[in-house]
Amino acid sequence: MARKITYQQAINEALDQEMARDENVVVMGEDVVGGSGSDGEMDAWGGVLGVTKGLYKKYGDRILDTPISESGFVGAAVGAAASGLRPVCELMFIDFMGVCFDQIFNQAAKFRYMFGGKAETPVVIRTMYGAGFRAAAQHSQCLYPLFTHIPGLKVVLPSSPYDVKGLLIQAIRDNDPVIFCEHKVLYTLEGEVPEESYTIPFGEANVVREGDDVTIVAFGRMVQQANKAAAALAKEGVSCEVIDPRTTSPLDEDTILESVENTGRLVVVDEAHPRCGMAADISALVAKKAFSSLKAPVEMVTAPHTPVPFNGKLEDLYVPSVERIAAAVRATAGYAA
Amino acid sequence: MSTARIVPITMPKWGLSMQEGKVVEWLVPEGTELKLGDHVLDIETEKIANTFDALDAGLLRRIVAQPDEVLPIGALLGVLAPAEVTDAEVDEFITEFQKNYVPPEIAEEGAADGWKFVEAGGYRLRYSKMGDGARNIVLIHGFGGDADRWAFTQEPLAASASVYALDLPGHGQSSKQLNDGSVKHLAATVIAFMDAVGIDKAELIGHSLGGAVALQAAVDHPGRVSALALIASAGLGAEINAAYINGFIAADSRKEMKPLLEQLVADPELVTRTLINDMLQFKRIDGVGAALTAIARGFQDGSQQTVNLRAHLDGLDVPVKVIWGSKDAIIPASHAAGLPAKVKVTVLDGFGHLVQLEAAAEVNKLLL
Amino acid sequence: MAQALSVEDLLDAYRTMKTIREFEDRVHVEFAKGGIPGFVHLYAGEEASATGVGVQLRDDDRLASNHRGHGHCIAKGVEVKGMMAEIYGKKTGTCHGKGGSMHIADLDTGMMGANGIVGGGPPLVCGAALAAKRRGKGGLAVAFCGDGASNQGTVFEAMNLATVWKLPVVFVFENNGYAEATDSRFSVSCKDIAQRAVGFGMPGRIVDGHDFFAVHEAFAEAAARARAGEGPSLIEHKLDRFFGHFEGDNQKYRPPGEVQRLREEACCIKRFSAKVTSEHGITPQQLAAIDDEVAKLIDEAVAFAESSPDPDPADLLTDVYIKY
Repeated sequence: MARKITYQQAINEALDQEMARDENVVVMGEDVVGGSGSDGEMDAWGGVLGVTKGLYKKYGDRILDTPISESGFVGAAVGAAASGLRPVCELMFIDFMGVCFDQIFNQAAKFRYMFGGKAETPVVIRTMYGAGFRAAAQHSQCLYPLFTHIPGLKVVLPSSPYDVKGLLIQAIRDNDPVIFCEHKVLYTLEGEVPEESYTIPFGEANVVREGDDVTIVAFGRMVQQANKAAAALAKEGVSCEVIDPRTTSPLDEDTILESVENTGRLVVVDEAHPRCGMAADISALVAKKAFSSLKAPVEMVTAPHTPVPFNGKLEDLYVPSVERIAAAVRATAGYAA
Repeated sequence: MSTARIVPITMPKWGLSMQEGKVVEWLVPEGTELKLGDHVLDIETEKIANTFDALDAGLLRRIVAQPDEVLPIGALLGVLAPAEVTDAEVDEFITEFQKNYVPPEIAEEGAADGWKFVEAGGYRLRYSKMGDGARNIVLIHGFGGDADRWAFTQEPLAASASVYALDLPGHGQSSKQLNDGSVKHLAATVIAFMDAVGIDKAELIGHSLGGAVALQAAVDHPGRVSALALIASAGLGAEINAAYINGFIAADSRKEMKPLLEQLVADPELVTRTLINDMLQFKRIDGVGAALTAIARGFQDGSQQTVNLRAHLDGLDVPVKVIWGSKDAIIPASHAAGLPAKVKVTVLDGFGHLVQLEAAAEVNKLLL
Repeated sequence: MAQALSVEDLLDAYRTMKTIREFEDRVHVEFAKGGIPGFVHLYAGEEASATGVGVQLRDDDRLASNHRGHGHCIAKGVEVKGMMAEIYGKKTGTCHGKGGSMHIADLDTGMMGANGIVGGGPPLVCGAALAAKRRGKGGLAVAFCGDGASNQGTVFEAMNLATVWKLPVVFVFENNGYAEATDSRFSVSCKDIAQRAVGFGMPGRIVDGHDFFAVHEAFAEAAARARAGEGPSLIEHKLDRFFGHFEGDNQKYRPPGEVQRLREEACCIKRFSAKVTSEHGITPQQLAAIDDEVAKLIDEAVAFAESSPDPDPADLLTDVYIKY
């Protein structure tokens, strides 16, 4: 598996392979082609960051530019999914969920339950999240805990090029609505990715690094940060197990619990806010189901309870850093009751 | 010094993924008085070509980057300075800039890794070749394995031979669509592989299912096989751990895969996270499930082996070695018993099914 | 545009309208008696609207409804006993008692669901229409909205998108004069909702929603346009509801005597009966026979609903996902 491509290329390849495999797969979103209706070139953008570039030339009207009206086209994707297509809908920034949330959580998420099990809504909503781009408060949030809270949605947070391809193909083939969250800082990350199509099942955590002293559960971009912290801590003689749950819904509870039963110490790293976020959720899970294994209080490393600031220095303070993660690990490793 | 009035034009960063850009052409000559927003030069990136418009007003004193130069973001393209700044001051500015400029880190290209691909028998087969001795050896892995099963075998043997390790169809990075899952077909594919890479005659070393494939090749294509080494081989008896085979086909999680892989070795500590991940990554590829199912049906019926080649050993006029680990939990070492006298049998005490990995030194000594 | 309606077609249309009316009048009674939980929003008075559209829909056409959706469901062919049981919250209901009045859906008949969110349906219909367009067999999708929904951003977005993508959609606005307790003369910023069609680049018509034949003719034109790939249309049905916004509504926002006057003067079923008996050679006896059939069906539906079991406690946790 020697070929290395970027996270962004892996997403493009997954879309390409699934569109080639199944003609019911359609892609829609703002400027996913770029140039529709203009006098210039089509495929001018291929998505705001070029993720869907080139698909228009291959698949023509199966990749659709939309007006900037998220309720309209996200709802259309949901309706198309309930009518036999497999739409992959690109919502440029997760922050824009605010204007189309109804279509996601009142419509897509509830059809199957409300309709007594008779609906299938195989829609994928791809969306970009996370801080690190000096993009300020309305283009930088980590809103996946909101979706994780909603029954009926599956929520995916790929952390590597390999994972993003396999998880996206799984999302497209999956028959439930999937919120597919891509961290913007990861787009340029390179890694080994098979050329063939493959799927990674949802609810299967990745044990990124094995260790015996402290369990670190990290999400999305924070997996990279946790790995860096774990490598630094290894030199200090602290052995960390780094777990990437890959999906927050469904959640692979067993892998987390087994690890904590072995290490007895847990640090949860989440770029989302501390209240009602994944860090609080995982902490509660472990407190309830692995209480007797815990040797120290659970440490949570999260963003603060503030909007994302614009100023670079402030934003760097906002995002959980390798140093903060390492400090949390040291605190739990050094804790004596 | 008037360097405060000297302003660099640098390679812009257009979009998230841009790491470098190519200068296509300058649209203005040196000496042009630029206004904000004037078209200055065309730059091409991996994804887009675009015109760079002036971000500062000023006199274009120097064009530094020439057409076709590929430069990382932030690299110096040209210099703006008022007329009263001397050329020497401009030169000094450029020297200072270049001295202090640190290009952003660019992710490295995937390093070349020695794997090759060949079309053979209707498949695209991946293989690697080590050594260039006159003696040809082909290594054939078992069910669910790949050429990496010979990680500790190939190089030592390559000291005195040309050693090929291939991924069978349905495995590794070879084609996943199988035409036929039978042992006979896989044996014919190995011969087709030898044709494709120009091997007339080779010693075949097979592990597990690969042993049966090697033996079948020797039976069906007698002129092409000069010797056989069968390691923990299928095809020599009925018993097999069918639960392992079926479980391996079904497993799609770490939790299911780990206990299965632990059955392959006497020391479960050898089953690393990487091995489990590699197996899961292989299993997730489209077509692998169907290929493994077809191959499994080709040599066992869900409870025991259906291909028994033991009787052919007598008639073969090539040297045959049989090697087993005494603690093999997949195919019992008892299948090494009762073979014809000319077969050189070794049972290594205390090792499991992946004996060539667990007891590499001993196995290599026997193979050399 | 409209195909000539045969006697059989007209009798079918009458049966549908009558079924809706009897269904709603009965739900009104049973709700008052306490047999029906939750919220119900009744459609009585608006039968010609759903029926004039519904009789022209093919099985593969899709319809998205709203919280006042019983009539749309019946007109799209959803089975009445299952609907009644659903409104009672029973396991035998269309949605196994997990949806209720506001969420009756039957995708097999093309019914994409009543909808508890005002303006929730139109974006969905754009997706259904996109799927129909890709199948290339002339299918279409209809969104029923009220005057209240006509002010929702989702509806504007859907209308814009339908024109931009040239989708086979018909947006039907049932303007019954009130969004909940607020008069549409207050809440709708233009005189007629149909005027808004201009802004979204599609034809818009105003139709007397009490007149089955006018509804039928206007929808036939819009459907032909949609099926021919020429894009969406908007139709505004001016009509009236005979009950409150929901059951239990004191309706003090309506002038005294309005409902009684409407039942006498603006009843679409009375108008339909008069016309078909005078102009289409249908006899009062034929209609009376249908009345009997319908009364029996509604009696059976209520009996079925009342005698059906509740969902099992285990049903609480099922059908959240297809696989989790």
